[in-house]
Amino acid sequence: MHLVILPVLLPLVAGSLLLLTAGLGDAARRAIGLAATLALLPLAVLLLDRVADGTHLVYALGDWAPPFGIVLVADRLAAVMLLLTAIVALASLVYAGAGDDTRGPQYHALFQFQLLGINGAFLTGDLFNLFVFFEVLLIASYALLLHGLGAQRVGAAMHVVVLNLIGSALFLFAVGTLYGVTGTLNLADLARVMPLLGPDTAPLARSGALLLLGVFALKAALLPLGFWLPRAYAAATGATAALFAVLTKVGVYAILRVYPLVFGPGAGEVANVAAAWVLPVALVTLAFGALGVLASRTLRTSAGWMVVYSVGTLLVAVGLFSEAGYAAAVYYTAHSTLASAALFLVSDLIARQRVVGGDRFEVVDSMPHGTVLGTLFFVTAVTIAGLPPLSGFVGKLLVLQAASAAPGAVVIWSVLLVAALVVIVAVARAGSALFWRTAAEAPGAPAPALDGRSVGAIAGLLACVVGLVAWGGAATSYAWSTARQLADPSGYVAAVLGSDASVHERRRSLR
Amino acid sequence: MEALVAIAIGVLTGSGVYLMLRARTFPVLLGLTLLSYAVNLFLFVSGRIVVASAPLTDKGLETYPDPIPQALVLTAIVIGFGMTALLVVLALRAIRDTGGDHVDGGER
Repeated sequence: MHLVILPVLLPLVAGSLLLLTAGLGDAARRAIGLAATLALLPLAVLLLDRVADGTHLVYALGDWAPPFGIVLVADRLAAVMLLLTAIVALASLVYAGAGDDTRGPQYHALFQFQLLGINGAFLTGDLFNLFVFFEVLLIASYALLLHGLGAQRVGAAMHVVVLNLIGSALFLFAVGTLYGVTGTLNLADLARVMPLLGPDTAPLARSGALLLLGVFALKAALLPLGFWLPRAYAAATGATAALFAVLTKVGVYAILRVYPLVFGPGAGEVANVAAAWVLPVALVTLAFGALGVLASRTLRTSAGWMVVYSVGTLLVAVGLFSEAGYAAAVYYTAHSTLASAALFLVSDLIARQRVVGGDRFEVVDSMPHGTVLGTLFFVTAVTIAGLPPLSGFVGKLLVLQAASAAPGAVVIWSVLLVAALVVIVAVARAGSALFWRTAAEAPGAPAPALDGRSVGAIAGLLACVVGLVAWGGAATSYAWSTARQLADPSGYVAAVLGSDASVHERRRSLR
Repeated sequence: MEALVAIAIGVLTGSGVYLMLRARTFPVLLGLTLLSYAVNLFLFVSGRIVVASAPLTDKGLETYPDPIPQALVLTAIVIGFGMTALLVVLALRAIRDTGGDHVDGGER
């Protein structure tokens, strides 16, 4: 019954507990954080199981009936995002346990609040509540980004904070516009009201919708709003950057949640308002991201650009606004979240192990622990570059397949394939520079020993990536059923609002 | 009344955007503050302006203000305040760590 709110409550309680128990030792607080994060995993699996048959679990906060109160809604898309968050969070927290978490105060509490914001954003069915959860996750992310400090980190954080504050202001302008036009902020109710708008108010709703798209594009780091991302992610500690791999997906999720539901084909005057924008912008982002990967001089910067590249690919799928596109997007989201998180952890580990060269693509010293690191890097690289047999290849194939039916398929295919080639070249160059072209002399300082937790966290993420292929049939069929649910929003609206008549009844009784 | 509020929002937004385009952290911060004032005002009037009426509702009242934007604007003020406080601390920290108040760090 209260299952839907638990993924929000659990991090809130755990985070508050961690704030209060500041006196406890590092080990104890680490254990609390890990236990709370670990508990999210069965919760997400349970939710996934409950919504797998197509039901929408609706939870009215304070039992205020929608559309007046705030609702949390769990459907297939939300459940799969929660599961991904739980997996990545666990891996990144295990990795941070190797020592990153003690470089600044309150790492574990901030981590839990970050999870609170992310899970809330995935579950909420209310536009203003989405804003609130965005702010929760952002303020925690600023603090996590600054964790450990350093001039480079402070400089990068400044840009992130200012840009996101502007984003928040625009979000509120959009929310105000939509509320002024429709008189509601409940997503299901918005979807119900949108087709009823006349030609006099529709332009206002359209500008609100596009303003909102701009905000989500900023969160998802779409060009031209994504230049902040590579620098910020490269500056963050590895574990934090891995968790941030989920953050960009929150922006993509918001687009995938709001536009098919509220501004879908059935929205009358404002139907398909985002369709003309998302695809072209996504293609440019994709191409630019691939160039960024090629131009990077360190592995961490290239991982940051890789996120831009994969968000571009993802939004090409979303931008098709078709069932096949949504299915590809769901699968590719799972792949790219796991693979980017693994890449950030691997680059951090490599940067730490190469005492002199760090993660720069320079011939300075030999790679210590070459076999272990090489294997981890190789598997991650194959995944992220989209080579067979791992999930990147399947994901890309699904995107290509979805695009083949769309107008302008030639352009989409060429951009996708050329960019993929560029990324393969860049990743191959990175691998050979780091692992093969090594100096003959031994390095001056001995490399630090490998921590089992770091390797375990990365291996766990890669195992999930392999699982996405090994159980590819189940994964793609889940993606398709999610896509069907997204393409037909009537189920969502009916689940939240009940039958149309009862809503009107409730409205009248309130007046 | 509508024109007055609209002009106020426009002036606040315009000055906010102008200040945000400066290269030093303090003007940027002031610009963001002005922008958040504009946003708050905008949210507040998104439930339409009702003049000379009870703040929420009263017996026999025909037109009363929409309470939801008032709740929204309260939330937005609190969040905006917290974010601005964080940015102030961050800007001060940046001056200490990078040796200047340029938004790209350092003295330029």
